[in-house]
Amino acid sequence: MDFYLGLIQIIGVHTLLGLSAYCVLQTGQVSLAQAGFFAIGAYVAGMLTVLGHWPLIPALIVAAVLGGATACAVGFPALRVKGLMLVVATTAFGEAVRLFFFNFNYQLERGELKIGPHGGEGFRQIRYFPENGWSTLEVAIFIWVIVVIVMAALWWMDRTRAGAVLRAVGQDEFASQSSGINITAVKVTAMTVGGVIAGIGGGLFAHYTTHIEHVQFGVALASFAIAYPILGGLSNVFGTLIAVIFIQGFLIEGLRFMGDWRNLLFGGLIVLAMNVRPRGLIDENTSALFKRALWPRKDRAGA
Amino acid sequence: MSAEILKVSGLATSYGKIEALKGVDLRVESGKVTCLLGPNGAGKTTLMMTIAGILQARRGSILLEGKQLVGLSPANIVTQGVALVPENRLVFPQMSVRENLLAGAYQRNDKVGIAGDIERMYTRFPRLRERSEQLAGTLSGGEQQMLAVARALMSRPRLLLMDEPSLGLAPMVVADIFRIISELNRDGTSIFLVEQNAHMALQVAHHFYLMEQGKVTFDGTPGELAEDEVIQRAYLGTSRRSDP
Repeated sequence: MDFYLGLIQIIGVHTLLGLSAYCVLQTGQVSLAQAGFFAIGAYVAGMLTVLGHWPLIPALIVAAVLGGATACAVGFPALRVKGLMLVVATTAFGEAVRLFFFNFNYQLERGELKIGPHGGEGFRQIRYFPENGWSTLEVAIFIWVIVVIVMAALWWMDRTRAGAVLRAVGQDEFASQSSGINITAVKVTAMTVGGVIAGIGGGLFAHYTTHIEHVQFGVALASFAIAYPILGGLSNVFGTLIAVIFIQGFLIEGLRFMGDWRNLLFGGLIVLAMNVRPRGLIDENTSALFKRALWPRKDRAGA
Repeated sequence: MSAEILKVSGLATSYGKIEALKGVDLRVESGKVTCLLGPNGAGKTTLMMTIAGILQARRGSILLEGKQLVGLSPANIVTQGVALVPENRLVFPQMSVRENLLAGAYQRNDKVGIAGDIERMYTRFPRLRERSEQLAGTLSGGEQQMLAVARALMSRPRLLLMDEPSLGLAPMVVADIFRIISELNRDGTSIFLVEQNAHMALQVAHHFYLMEQGKVTFDGTPGELAEDEVIQRAYLGTSRRSDP
Protein backbone atom coordinates (compact mmCIF):
# COMPACT_ATOMS: atom_id res chain seq x y z
CA MET A 1 0.00 0.00 0.00
CA ASP A 2 2.77 2.43 0.91
CA PHE A 3 4.28 1.82 -2.50
CA TYR A 4 1.13 3.08 -4.20
CA LEU A 5 0.80 6.01 -1.82
CA GLY A 6 4.41 6.88 -2.57
CA LEU A 7 3.64 6.74 -6.28
CA ILE A 8 0.62 8.97 -5.77
CA GLN A 9 2.85 11.50 -4.01
CA ILE A 10 5.37 11.40 -6.84
CA ILE A 11 2.64 11.89 -9.41
CA GLY A 12 1.26 14.83 -7.44
CA VAL A 13 4.58 16.62 -7.16
CA HIS A 14 5.53 15.95 -10.77
CA THR A 15 2.14 17.28 -11.85
CA LEU A 16 3.03 20.55 -10.13
CA LEU A 17 6.39 20.54 -11.92
CA GLY A 18 4.66 19.88 -15.23
CA LEU A 19 2.06 22.61 -14.60
CA SER A 20 4.82 25.12 -13.92
CA ALA A 21 6.15 24.42 -17.41
CA TYR A 22 2.57 24.39 -18.77
CA CYS A 23 2.15 28.08 -17.84
CA VAL A 24 5.33 29.05 -19.63
CA LEU A 25 4.61 26.85 -22.67
CA GLN A 26 1.23 28.55 -23.10
CA THR A 27 3.13 31.66 -24.16
CA GLY A 28 5.19 29.64 -26.65
CA GLN A 29 8.36 29.65 -24.57
CA VAL A 30 10.35 26.48 -23.91
CA SER A 31 12.01 26.89 -20.53
CA LEU A 32 14.44 24.39 -19.05
CA ALA A 33 14.73 26.52 -15.93
CA GLN A 34 11.77 24.95 -14.14
CA ALA A 35 13.98 22.40 -12.36
CA GLY A 36 15.99 25.34 -11.02
CA PHE A 37 12.91 26.98 -9.47
CA PHE A 38 11.91 23.55 -8.16
CA ALA A 39 15.35 23.18 -6.52
CA ILE A 40 15.09 26.62 -4.93
CA GLY A 41 11.68 25.71 -3.52
CA ALA A 42 13.03 22.40 -2.19
CA TYR A 43 16.06 23.85 -0.42
CA VAL A 44 14.29 26.92 0.93
CA ALA A 45 11.29 25.04 2.33
CA GLY A 46 13.56 22.33 3.75
CA MET A 47 15.82 24.82 5.49
CA LEU A 48 12.90 26.71 6.97
CA THR A 49 11.30 23.62 8.54
CA VAL A 50 14.55 21.91 9.57
CA LEU A 51 16.77 24.82 10.63
CA GLY A 52 14.12 27.39 11.39
CA HIS A 53 11.49 25.03 12.86
CA TRP A 54 8.84 26.69 10.75
CA PRO A 55 5.53 24.96 10.17
CA LEU A 56 5.22 23.52 6.68
CA ILE A 57 2.63 25.82 5.13
CA PRO A 58 4.43 29.13 5.77
CA ALA A 59 7.63 27.44 4.55
CA LEU A 60 5.87 26.46 1.33
CA ILE A 61 4.58 29.99 0.91
CA VAL A 62 8.11 31.39 1.20
CA ALA A 63 9.32 28.73 -1.27
CA ALA A 64 6.57 29.79 -3.69
CA VAL A 65 7.41 33.48 -3.35
CA LEU A 66 11.15 32.89 -3.84
CA GLY A 67 10.52 30.55 -6.77
CA GLY A 68 8.31 33.20 -8.37
CA ALA A 69 10.70 36.06 -7.64
CA THR A 70 13.63 34.16 -9.16
CA ALA A 71 11.55 33.26 -12.21
CA CYS A 72 10.54 36.89 -12.64
CA ALA A 73 14.17 38.02 -12.38
CA VAL A 74 15.29 35.33 -14.84
CA GLY A 75 12.35 36.09 -17.13
CA PHE A 76 13.32 39.64 -18.03
CA PRO A 77 16.73 38.93 -19.55
CA ALA A 78 15.97 35.39 -20.72
CA LEU A 79 12.79 36.24 -22.61
CA ARG A 80 14.63 38.67 -24.82
CA VAL A 81 15.82 35.60 -26.69
CA LYS A 82 13.61 33.09 -28.43
CA GLY A 83 13.44 29.47 -29.47
CA LEU A 84 16.65 27.50 -29.15
CA MET A 85 18.48 30.45 -27.61
CA LEU A 86 15.95 30.53 -24.80
CA VAL A 87 16.42 26.79 -24.28
CA VAL A 88 20.17 27.32 -23.96
CA ALA A 89 19.79 30.34 -21.66
CA THR A 90 17.33 28.61 -19.33
CA THR A 91 19.39 25.40 -19.27
CA ALA A 92 22.38 27.48 -18.22
CA PHE A 93 20.33 29.03 -15.43
CA GLY A 94 19.08 25.63 -14.25
CA GLU A 95 22.64 24.28 -14.15
CA ALA A 96 23.82 27.39 -12.30
CA VAL A 97 21.20 26.76 -9.61
CA ARG A 98 22.20 23.11 -9.38
CA LEU A 99 25.90 23.99 -9.06
CA PHE A 100 25.07 26.60 -6.45
CA PHE A 101 23.51 23.90 -4.29
CA PHE A 102 26.43 21.60 -5.07
CA ASN A 103 28.66 24.16 -3.33
CA PHE A 104 26.15 25.38 -0.78
CA ASN A 105 27.16 24.58 2.79
CA TYR A 106 25.06 25.83 5.66
CA GLN A 107 25.02 23.50 8.63
CA LEU A 108 24.03 24.11 12.21
CA GLU A 109 24.98 22.09 15.30
CA ARG A 110 21.99 20.35 16.76
CA GLY A 111 23.23 18.35 19.76
CA GLU A 112 25.72 15.88 18.37
CA LEU A 113 24.37 16.18 14.85
CA LYS A 114 25.10 18.72 12.18
CA ILE A 115 22.08 19.47 10.08
CA GLY A 116 21.44 21.49 6.96
CA PRO A 117 22.57 21.51 3.33
CA HIS A 118 26.03 20.03 3.01
CA GLY A 119 27.28 20.71 -0.50
CA GLY A 120 27.66 17.70 -2.72
CA GLU A 121 26.46 15.34 -0.04
CA GLY A 122 23.09 16.96 -0.08
CA PHE A 123 20.60 17.96 2.55
CA ARG A 124 19.53 15.05 4.76
CA GLN A 125 17.02 14.65 7.53
CA ILE A 126 14.17 16.80 6.29
CA ARG A 127 11.95 14.99 8.76
CA TYR A 128 9.02 17.34 9.16
CA PHE A 129 6.39 14.73 8.28
CA PRO A 130 7.63 11.85 10.49
CA GLU A 131 8.43 14.21 13.37
CA ASN A 132 4.93 15.59 13.31
CA GLY A 133 3.37 12.15 13.00
CA TRP A 134 1.97 12.46 9.46
CA SER A 135 1.13 9.12 7.90
CA THR A 136 1.98 8.44 4.25
CA LEU A 137 -1.71 8.69 3.46
CA GLU A 138 -2.00 12.09 5.11
CA VAL A 139 1.02 13.35 3.20
CA ALA A 140 -0.46 12.08 -0.06
CA ILE A 141 -3.75 13.82 0.69
CA PHE A 142 -1.97 17.06 1.61
CA ILE A 143 0.00 17.02 -1.66
CA TRP A 144 -3.11 16.36 -3.68
CA VAL A 145 -5.11 19.11 -2.01
CA ILE A 146 -2.44 21.51 -3.24
CA VAL A 147 -2.35 19.91 -6.70
CA VAL A 148 -6.13 20.25 -6.99
CA ILE A 149 -6.02 23.91 -5.89
CA VAL A 150 -3.32 24.70 -8.47
CA MET A 151 -5.13 22.77 -11.22
CA ALA A 152 -8.42 24.49 -10.42
CA ALA A 153 -6.74 27.90 -10.48
CA LEU A 154 -5.13 27.21 -13.86
CA TRP A 155 -8.35 25.69 -15.22
CA TRP A 156 -10.15 28.87 -14.24
CA MET A 157 -7.38 31.03 -15.71
CA ASP A 158 -7.54 29.14 -19.02
CA ARG A 159 -11.17 30.14 -19.29
CA THR A 160 -10.69 33.84 -18.63
CA ARG A 161 -9.24 36.61 -20.72
CA ALA A 162 -5.84 36.05 -19.07
CA GLY A 163 -5.72 32.55 -20.54
CA ALA A 164 -6.72 33.81 -23.97
CA VAL A 165 -3.96 36.41 -23.81
CA LEU A 166 -1.33 33.82 -22.79
CA ARG A 167 -2.25 31.54 -25.66
CA ALA A 168 -2.45 34.46 -28.08
CA VAL A 169 1.20 35.28 -27.36
CA GLY A 170 2.08 31.60 -27.80
CA GLN A 171 0.35 31.35 -31.16
CA ASP A 172 1.40 34.55 -32.87
CA GLU A 173 3.59 37.20 -31.28
CA PHE A 174 3.21 39.61 -34.16
CA ALA A 175 -0.58 39.43 -34.15
CA SER A 176 -0.55 39.76 -30.35
CA GLN A 177 1.49 42.93 -30.61
CA SER A 178 -0.88 44.40 -33.15
CA SER A 179 -3.75 43.59 -30.79
CA GLY A 180 -2.04 45.73 -28.18
CA ILE A 181 -0.74 42.89 -26.02
CA ASN A 182 2.42 43.73 -24.10
CA ILE A 183 4.19 40.47 -24.88
CA THR A 184 7.12 41.00 -22.51
CA ALA A 185 4.76 41.56 -19.58
CA VAL A 186 2.72 38.49 -20.51
CA LYS A 187 5.78 36.24 -20.85
CA VAL A 188 7.34 37.42 -17.59
CA THR A 189 4.02 36.95 -15.78
CA ALA A 190 3.68 33.41 -17.13
CA MET A 191 7.27 32.70 -16.08
CA THR A 192 6.58 34.07 -12.59
CA VAL A 193 3.44 32.00 -12.13
CA GLY A 194 5.42 28.97 -13.33
CA GLY A 195 8.14 29.77 -10.78
CA VAL A 196 5.58 29.98 -7.96
CA ILE A 197 4.13 26.57 -8.85
CA ALA A 198 7.59 25.00 -9.24
CA GLY A 199 8.61 26.46 -5.87
CA ILE A 200 5.62 24.84 -4.14
CA GLY A 201 6.31 21.55 -5.93
CA GLY A 202 9.95 21.63 -4.86
CA GLY A 203 8.99 22.35 -1.26
CA LEU A 204 6.69 19.34 -1.18
CA PHE A 205 9.30 17.18 -2.90
CA ALA A 206 11.94 17.97 -0.25
CA HIS A 207 9.57 16.94 2.52
CA TYR A 208 8.37 13.63 1.21
CA THR A 209 11.79 12.44 0.02
CA THR A 210 13.47 13.75 3.26
CA HIS A 211 16.82 13.87 1.45
CA ILE A 212 17.65 16.16 -1.42
CA GLU A 213 20.87 16.67 -3.34
CA HIS A 214 21.92 18.64 -6.36
CA VAL A 215 21.90 15.75 -8.87
CA GLN A 216 18.14 15.41 -8.52
CA PHE A 217 17.62 18.85 -10.06
CA GLY A 218 19.59 18.43 -13.26
CA VAL A 219 18.71 18.63 -16.93
CA ALA A 220 16.80 15.32 -16.71
CA LEU A 221 14.27 16.82 -14.32
CA ALA A 222 14.02 19.97 -16.44
CA SER A 223 13.30 17.81 -19.49
CA PHE A 224 10.58 15.94 -17.62
CA ALA A 225 9.03 19.28 -16.66
CA ILE A 226 8.50 20.30 -20.28
CA ALA A 227 7.82 16.75 -21.50
CA TYR A 228 4.67 16.44 -19.37
CA PRO A 229 2.70 19.35 -20.83
CA ILE A 230 4.03 18.79 -24.35
CA LEU A 231 3.12 15.09 -24.28
CA GLY A 232 -0.19 15.78 -22.55
CA GLY A 233 -1.22 18.68 -24.72
CA LEU A 234 -1.64 22.35 -23.97
CA SER A 235 -5.39 22.64 -24.38
CA ASN A 236 -6.02 22.14 -20.67
CA VAL A 237 -4.44 21.15 -17.37
CA PHE A 238 -5.63 17.55 -17.49
CA GLY A 239 -3.25 16.82 -20.36
CA THR A 240 -0.31 17.42 -18.04
CA LEU A 241 -1.82 15.24 -15.30
CA ILE A 242 -2.45 12.38 -17.72
CA ALA A 243 1.06 12.63 -19.13
CA VAL A 244 2.51 12.45 -15.59
CA ILE A 245 0.43 9.37 -14.84
CA PHE A 246 1.51 7.87 -18.17
CA ILE A 247 5.21 8.54 -17.60
CA GLN A 248 5.56 8.10 -13.83
CA GLY A 249 2.86 5.50 -13.32
CA PHE A 250 3.04 3.42 -16.46
CA LEU A 251 6.43 3.93 -18.10
CA ILE A 252 8.56 4.15 -14.96
CA GLU A 253 6.70 1.98 -12.45
CA GLY A 254 4.50 -0.18 -14.69
CA LEU A 255 7.35 -1.32 -16.90
CA ARG A 256 9.77 -2.01 -14.05
CA PHE A 257 9.47 -5.77 -14.69
CA MET A 258 11.26 -5.26 -18.01
CA GLY A 259 14.55 -4.45 -16.28
CA ASP A 260 17.11 -2.73 -18.44
CA TRP A 261 14.82 -2.83 -21.47
CA ARG A 262 12.57 -0.32 -19.79
CA ASN A 263 14.65 2.74 -20.61
CA LEU A 264 14.75 1.79 -24.27
CA LEU A 265 11.02 1.24 -24.43
CA PHE A 266 10.44 4.41 -22.43
CA GLY A 267 11.86 6.69 -25.10
CA GLY A 268 10.24 4.68 -27.86
CA LEU A 269 6.78 4.92 -26.31
CA ILE A 270 7.03 8.69 -25.86
CA VAL A 271 8.03 9.05 -29.51
CA LEU A 272 5.13 6.79 -30.50
CA ALA A 273 2.66 8.78 -28.38
CA MET A 274 3.82 12.06 -29.92
CA ASN A 275 3.40 10.62 -33.41
CA VAL A 276 -0.05 9.24 -32.79
CA ARG A 277 -1.18 12.41 -31.01
CA PRO A 278 0.98 15.24 -32.34
CA ARG A 279 -0.89 17.95 -30.42
CA GLY A 280 -0.69 16.03 -27.14
CA LEU A 281 -2.66 13.26 -25.51
CA ILE A 282 -5.51 15.67 -24.84
CA ASP A 283 -5.65 18.14 -27.72
CA GLU A 284 -8.21 20.82 -28.57
CA ASN A 285 -10.48 18.33 -30.34
CA THR A 286 -10.50 15.91 -27.43
CA SER A 287 -11.43 18.63 -24.98
CA ALA A 288 -14.15 19.86 -27.34
CA LEU A 289 -15.47 16.28 -27.44
CA PHE A 290 -15.58 16.09 -23.64
CA LYS A 291 -17.24 19.48 -23.47
CA ARG A 292 -19.97 18.33 -25.83
CA ALA A 293 -20.46 15.10 -23.87
CA LEU A 294 -20.64 16.88 -20.52
CA TRP A 295 -22.61 20.00 -21.41
CA PRO A 296 -24.63 19.13 -24.50
CA ARG A 297 -27.32 21.73 -23.97
CA LYS A 298 -24.96 24.67 -23.55
CA ASP A 299 -23.28 23.72 -26.80
CA ARG A 300 -26.55 23.74 -28.69
CA ALA A 301 -27.41 27.15 -27.27
CA GLY A 302 -24.08 28.48 -28.48
CA ALA A 303 -24.62 27.19 -32.02
CA MET B 1 -9.17 70.61 -45.66
CA SER B 2 -10.51 68.77 -42.67
CA ALA B 3 -8.55 67.87 -39.54
CA GLU B 4 -5.98 65.15 -39.78
CA ILE B 5 -5.79 62.24 -37.35
CA LEU B 6 -2.42 60.95 -38.54
CA LYS B 7 0.49 62.84 -40.00
CA VAL B 8 3.57 60.99 -41.20
CA SER B 9 6.58 63.07 -42.18
CA GLY B 10 10.00 62.16 -43.46
CA LEU B 11 9.58 58.61 -42.24
CA ALA B 12 12.41 56.18 -42.96
CA THR B 13 12.61 52.53 -41.88
CA SER B 14 15.36 50.05 -42.67
CA TYR B 15 15.86 46.32 -42.55
CA GLY B 16 19.56 46.23 -41.72
CA LYS B 17 21.21 48.24 -44.50
CA ILE B 18 18.26 48.10 -46.85
CA GLU B 19 16.09 51.17 -46.60
CA ALA B 20 12.46 50.16 -47.18
CA LEU B 21 10.93 53.59 -46.49
CA LYS B 22 12.91 56.52 -47.83
CA GLY B 23 11.23 59.54 -46.33
CA VAL B 24 7.47 59.05 -46.52
CA ASP B 25 5.08 61.98 -46.07
CA LEU B 26 1.34 61.49 -45.88
CA ARG B 27 -1.69 62.35 -43.84
CA VAL B 28 -4.89 60.54 -42.88
CA GLU B 29 -7.91 62.77 -42.49
CA SER B 30 -10.12 62.37 -39.50
CA GLY B 31 -13.33 60.46 -40.20
CA LYS B 32 -12.24 59.51 -43.72
CA VAL B 33 -10.94 56.44 -45.52
CA THR B 34 -7.43 56.96 -46.88
CA CYS B 35 -6.02 54.34 -49.21
CA LEU B 36 -2.42 53.50 -50.02
CA LEU B 37 -1.81 51.76 -53.33
CA GLY B 38 1.43 50.35 -54.59
CA PRO B 39 3.15 47.34 -56.09
CA ASN B 40 4.62 44.49 -54.07
CA GLY B 41 7.81 45.51 -52.31
CA ALA B 42 6.93 49.21 -52.31
CA GLY B 43 7.06 49.35 -48.51
CA LYS B 44 3.33 49.49 -47.77
CA THR B 45 3.40 46.79 -45.09
CA THR B 46 6.62 48.26 -43.68
CA LEU B 47 4.81 51.59 -43.31
CA MET B 48 1.88 49.95 -41.53
CA MET B 49 4.18 48.07 -39.17
CA THR B 50 6.19 51.21 -38.44
CA ILE B 51 3.04 53.16 -37.58
CA ALA B 52 1.95 50.27 -35.31
CA GLY B 53 5.36 50.36 -33.58
CA ILE B 54 6.33 46.82 -34.52
CA LEU B 55 9.19 48.16 -36.64
CA GLN B 56 11.30 51.06 -35.43
CA ALA B 57 11.58 54.17 -37.57
CA ARG B 58 15.08 55.35 -38.33
CA ARG B 59 14.08 58.93 -39.07
CA GLY B 60 10.98 61.04 -39.24
CA SER B 61 7.85 61.40 -37.21
CA ILE B 62 4.39 59.89 -36.87
CA LEU B 63 1.91 62.19 -35.18
CA LEU B 64 -1.46 60.96 -33.98
CA GLU B 65 -3.49 64.11 -33.41
CA GLY B 66 -0.23 65.85 -32.61
CA LYS B 67 1.15 63.13 -30.32
CA GLN B 68 4.43 61.52 -31.37
CA LEU B 69 4.12 57.74 -31.87
CA VAL B 70 7.72 57.05 -32.86
CA GLY B 71 9.48 55.30 -29.98
CA LEU B 72 6.32 54.02 -28.30
CA SER B 73 5.84 50.26 -27.84
CA PRO B 74 3.22 48.50 -29.99
CA ALA B 75 1.04 48.02 -26.91
CA ASN B 76 1.29 51.69 -26.05
CA ILE B 77 0.31 52.70 -29.57
CA VAL B 78 -2.85 50.59 -29.27
CA THR B 79 -3.54 52.47 -26.01
CA GLN B 80 -3.29 55.72 -27.97
CA GLY B 81 -6.12 54.50 -30.20
CA VAL B 82 -4.47 52.91 -33.22
CA ALA B 83 -5.21 49.27 -34.11
CA LEU B 84 -3.70 47.24 -36.93
CA VAL B 85 -5.43 44.48 -38.87
CA PRO B 86 -2.31 42.68 -40.09
CA GLU B 87 -1.71 41.37 -43.57
CA ASN B 88 -2.84 37.75 -44.00
CA ARG B 89 -5.26 38.23 -41.09
CA LEU B 90 -3.17 36.35 -38.50
CA VAL B 91 -5.95 35.22 -36.21
CA PHE B 92 -4.97 32.95 -33.32
CA PRO B 93 -5.75 29.61 -34.99
CA GLN B 94 -5.97 27.32 -31.96
CA MET B 95 -8.26 29.63 -30.03
CA SER B 96 -12.01 30.00 -30.33
CA VAL B 97 -13.53 33.02 -32.03
CA ARG B 98 -14.62 34.38 -28.65
CA GLU B 99 -11.14 33.96 -27.17
CA ASN B 100 -9.66 35.81 -30.15
CA LEU B 101 -11.95 38.73 -29.37
CA LEU B 102 -11.05 38.58 -25.67
CA ALA B 103 -7.35 38.73 -26.55
CA GLY B 104 -8.09 41.87 -28.57
CA ALA B 105 -9.49 43.48 -25.42
CA TYR B 106 -6.21 42.93 -23.53
CA GLN B 107 -5.84 46.58 -22.56
CA ARG B 108 -9.32 47.01 -21.15
CA ASN B 109 -10.57 46.19 -17.70
CA ASP B 110 -14.29 46.89 -17.94
CA LYS B 111 -15.86 43.44 -18.00
CA VAL B 112 -19.30 44.76 -18.88
CA GLY B 113 -17.96 46.95 -21.67
CA ILE B 114 -15.99 44.05 -23.16
CA ALA B 115 -19.02 41.75 -23.08
CA GLY B 116 -21.08 44.50 -24.71
CA ASP B 117 -18.48 45.00 -27.43
CA ILE B 118 -18.31 41.27 -28.17
CA GLU B 119 -22.09 41.35 -28.56
CA ARG B 120 -21.77 44.34 -30.93
CA MET B 121 -19.16 42.46 -32.99
CA TYR B 122 -21.52 39.50 -33.24
CA THR B 123 -24.29 41.81 -34.44
CA ARG B 124 -22.03 43.37 -37.04
CA PHE B 125 -20.53 40.03 -38.08
CA PRO B 126 -23.32 37.42 -37.63
CA ARG B 127 -21.07 34.64 -38.93
CA LEU B 128 -18.81 35.14 -35.94
CA ARG B 129 -21.72 34.59 -33.56
CA GLU B 130 -22.52 31.30 -35.29
CA ARG B 131 -18.88 30.26 -34.99
CA SER B 132 -18.32 31.70 -31.50
CA GLU B 133 -16.94 28.50 -29.95
CA GLN B 134 -15.21 27.23 -33.09
CA LEU B 135 -11.41 27.33 -33.41
CA ALA B 136 -10.42 30.34 -35.50
CA GLY B 137 -8.12 28.21 -37.67
CA THR B 138 -11.14 26.32 -39.01
CA LEU B 139 -12.88 29.47 -40.34
CA SER B 140 -12.91 30.37 -44.03
CA GLY B 141 -10.59 33.12 -45.27
CA GLY B 142 -13.38 35.69 -45.30
CA GLU B 143 -14.54 34.78 -41.82
CA GLN B 144 -10.96 35.01 -40.56
CA GLN B 145 -10.69 38.49 -42.06
CA MET B 146 -13.92 39.51 -40.29
CA LEU B 147 -12.49 38.11 -37.06
CA ALA B 148 -9.22 39.99 -37.52
CA VAL B 149 -11.18 43.22 -38.02
CA ALA B 150 -13.42 42.50 -35.02
CA ARG B 151 -10.40 41.67 -32.86
CA ALA B 152 -8.78 45.00 -33.78
CA LEU B 153 -12.03 46.85 -33.03
CA MET B 154 -12.10 45.35 -29.52
CA SER B 155 -9.48 47.91 -28.48
CA ARG B 156 -11.92 50.70 -29.56
CA PRO B 157 -9.50 52.37 -31.96
CA ARG B 158 -9.96 55.87 -33.36
CA LEU B 159 -7.72 54.95 -36.28
CA LEU B 160 -7.90 51.53 -37.88
CA LEU B 161 -4.95 50.40 -40.02
CA MET B 162 -5.86 47.66 -42.50
CA ASP B 163 -3.14 45.88 -44.43
CA GLU B 164 -4.55 44.36 -47.63
CA PRO B 165 -7.82 43.06 -46.24
CA SER B 166 -8.85 41.65 -49.63
CA LEU B 167 -5.72 39.51 -50.02
CA GLY B 168 -6.55 36.02 -51.29
CA LEU B 169 -10.32 36.35 -50.87
CA ALA B 170 -13.06 35.57 -53.38
CA PRO B 171 -14.64 38.62 -55.13
CA MET B 172 -17.94 38.16 -53.26
CA VAL B 173 -16.13 38.18 -49.94
CA VAL B 174 -14.02 41.17 -50.97
CA ALA B 175 -17.23 43.11 -51.65
CA ASP B 176 -18.41 42.16 -48.17
CA ILE B 177 -15.19 43.40 -46.58
CA PHE B 178 -15.42 46.73 -48.38
CA ARG B 179 -19.04 47.13 -47.32
CA ILE B 180 -17.85 46.68 -43.73
CA ILE B 181 -15.06 49.21 -44.24
CA SER B 182 -17.51 51.89 -45.32
CA GLU B 183 -19.90 50.98 -42.48
CA LEU B 184 -17.11 51.31 -39.92
CA ASN B 185 -16.13 54.62 -41.43
CA ARG B 186 -19.71 55.87 -41.34
CA ASP B 187 -19.77 55.02 -37.63
CA GLY B 188 -16.86 57.39 -37.10
CA THR B 189 -13.65 55.34 -37.32
CA SER B 190 -10.87 56.84 -39.42
CA ILE B 191 -9.36 54.20 -41.68
CA PHE B 192 -5.98 53.90 -43.33
CA LEU B 193 -6.11 51.11 -45.84
CA VAL B 194 -3.42 49.38 -47.88
CA GLU B 195 -4.84 47.82 -51.03
CA GLN B 196 -3.84 46.40 -54.37
CA ASN B 197 -7.44 46.17 -55.52
CA ALA B 198 -7.75 49.75 -56.78
CA HIS B 199 -11.23 49.21 -58.21
CA MET B 200 -12.74 48.27 -54.89
CA ALA B 201 -10.75 50.94 -53.06
CA LEU B 202 -12.11 53.63 -55.41
CA GLN B 203 -15.60 52.90 -54.09
CA VAL B 204 -14.80 53.58 -50.43
CA ALA B 205 -11.72 55.78 -50.15
CA HIS B 206 -11.76 59.57 -49.94
CA HIS B 207 -8.11 60.07 -50.61
CA PHE B 208 -5.35 58.09 -52.32
CA TYR B 209 -1.62 57.74 -52.07
CA LEU B 210 0.57 55.69 -54.33
CA MET B 211 3.83 54.37 -53.04
CA GLU B 212 6.71 53.02 -55.11
CA GLN B 213 10.11 51.91 -53.89
CA GLY B 214 9.74 53.44 -50.46
CA LYS B 215 8.42 56.83 -51.60
CA VAL B 216 5.03 58.43 -52.12
CA THR B 217 4.67 59.12 -55.84
CA PHE B 218 1.02 60.15 -56.08
CA ASP B 219 -1.28 62.04 -53.77
CA GLY B 220 -4.80 62.87 -54.81
CA THR B 221 -8.54 62.42 -54.73
CA PRO B 222 -10.34 59.45 -56.31
CA GLY B 223 -11.16 61.63 -59.31
CA GLU B 224 -7.53 62.56 -59.86
CA LEU B 225 -6.54 58.94 -59.39
CA ALA B 226 -8.96 57.70 -62.02
CA GLU B 227 -7.63 60.30 -64.49
CA ASP B 228 -3.97 59.59 -63.93
CA GLU B 229 -2.74 57.76 -66.98
CA VAL B 230 0.06 55.80 -65.34
CA ILE B 231 -2.22 54.59 -62.57
CA GLN B 232 -4.93 53.73 -65.06
CA ARG B 233 -2.60 51.48 -66.94
CA ALA B 234 -0.85 49.93 -63.95
CA TYR B 235 -3.70 49.56 -61.46
CA LEU B 236 -7.09 50.02 -63.01
CA GLY B 237 -6.30 48.44 -66.36
CA THR B 238 -4.89 45.20 -65.02
CA SER B 239 -7.40 44.75 -62.27
CA ARG B 240 -10.38 45.32 -64.58
CA ARG B 241 -9.98 41.80 -65.93
CA SER B 242 -10.43 40.23 -62.50
CA ASP B 243 -13.30 42.52 -61.62
CA PRO B 244 -16.65 40.69 -61.51
